[in-house]
Amino acid sequence: MTTNYQLKRADFIFKNENDWKEVLSKNISHPPQKLINELISSELKGRGGAGFPTGLKWKLSAEAVDEIKYVICNADEGEPGTFKDREILSKVPFKVLTAMAICGHVIGAREGYIYLRGEYFFLRPELNKVISEFEYYCREINFDFTIRIFMGSGAYICGEETALFESMEGKRGEPRNKPPFPSSYGYMGKPTVINNVETLAHTYTIFKYGAKRFYDLGVQYSRGSKLFSVSGDTPKPGIYELELGMSLVDFVDEFGDGDTKAVQVGGASGFLVPRKRFNETAIGFQGKLTGISLPTGGSMMLFNSSRSMFNVLDNYLEFFREESCGQCTPCRVGCQQLLNGIKAVKRGEKNAQYLDKLLRLTETMQYTAKCGLGQSVANSFSSIVENFREEMIY
Amino acid sequence: MPILQGVVEQEKYLSEYSMIEIARELDLPASEVYGTATFYSFLEYKKMGRYIIRICKTITCSMKGKNQVLLAIEDMLKIGVGETTPDGNFSLLQTNCLGFCHKAPAMLINNEVYNELTPEKVREILSMYMNRKKEGGPYDN
Repeated sequence: MTTNYQLKRADFIFKNENDWKEVLSKNISHPPQKLINELISSELKGRGGAGFPTGLKWKLSAEAVDEIKYVICNADEGEPGTFKDREILSKVPFKVLTAMAICGHVIGAREGYIYLRGEYFFLRPELNKVISEFEYYCREINFDFTIRIFMGSGAYICGEETALFESMEGKRGEPRNKPPFPSSYGYMGKPTVINNVETLAHTYTIFKYGAKRFYDLGVQYSRGSKLFSVSGDTPKPGIYELELGMSLVDFVDEFGDGDTKAVQVGGASGFLVPRKRFNETAIGFQGKLTGISLPTGGSMMLFNSSRSMFNVLDNYLEFFREESCGQCTPCRVGCQQLLNGIKAVKRGEKNAQYLDKLLRLTETMQYTAKCGLGQSVANSFSSIVENFREEMIY
Repeated sequence: MPILQGVVEQEKYLSEYSMIEIARELDLPASEVYGTATFYSFLEYKKMGRYIIRICKTITCSMKGKNQVLLAIEDMLKIGVGETTPDGNFSLLQTNCLGFCHKAPAMLINNEVYNELTPEKVREILSMYMNRKKEGGPYDN
């Protein structure tokens, strides 16, 4: 049981700090190895949802031998229920740019890109202004680093890192096979560090205050704080920075409307947690000691008892069906079949046992799909069907 | 892709002609250009209206009354989803999550975001666009 963790607010990301120039010039005078060690000891994990240790990522790219390397900021935030990255880029863009430049110093890259999703086109003029101010300062201190914005065009799958590279190279945004990983073969086949917007903003905190400050937040395996995008049936939707490791019960007490039936953790590709499991669920990265612990890209959607879980699942599957890139069969056909399947059960054309068949299909998808999209359809599908089976049928 | 985006910005869609021209200039097979263009939902390859309305249909927006808003738009413009008004001014589309779940429901008109929509509010916004057209003011955002 993980009920001992309280909800703790933190305030790092949006704290308005105008000292990015000092943070930048101070850190690029440190040797890369020192910065990498600092990151590793902070135990920062990627905030996009997958949770890969950031320090390790930078280390691998730093070790790769190549003349040209890239730093990419992944701002293709498309997961339903997520909107934190937009706020970071509009409120504290300098932190992200500074972190990118420091990363460039660490791995030996001179070019950075921000892959901004097409839906956030309106951010671009402001962001461009900030970038030119930033580059101006870089030239002043004789630090060679440029940042360009690359616009996406409305494809969810391009948030997947290798699909993002393909997209930047002007191709269809279809994920590549892994390995090779981006740290050795990324954009244009060069070693690339690709980090989520929020991850970069956290590294800024770490480089400014030191790893200890960050490490002290959160719980074992899930260090630090994280932005949560709260939406759905809640009286106070918005973005909140909370320490990791809190129990879902405390979360619902704080943000629920008193009638919360279930919470979708991690967007459409995450898990749905029904009320009876709130107690035993904590929010953080998978750790063996904490019982059930769910990772999240920060999306928390609350549903109250007036919502039909069938409609929710129907909506997710339609989303996946449209956003599947169509490259691999398990995902392309699987998403269609799941959607058709639950509709057929609902209409009574198939009997309830058909749901078990569909569950087995999601299992197959989990093993055989090429990228995270197809693999994660199983998460929401099985957690909804298993917990709200009767709603699927009647 | 920036080329394709540029064409879409100017002409609102990618015609067969422009795709073939792009392929010729870049020395690529036209099929490759077509493949890329049709992959992305914001790169239209059918003729679109001057204002493209994209309303978010993902879960939170759906829960918060997207359908009423959509009905209000359809009623006002007399077009369905995927259609363009006969005068070529408005196209109506549904899209996936726009990232405004905390201010649902949301829509984009070209690159401008409108959120916390209600049927009344959406009528106001649309009449603003219609008037803008009459006055002959600037068309694009």
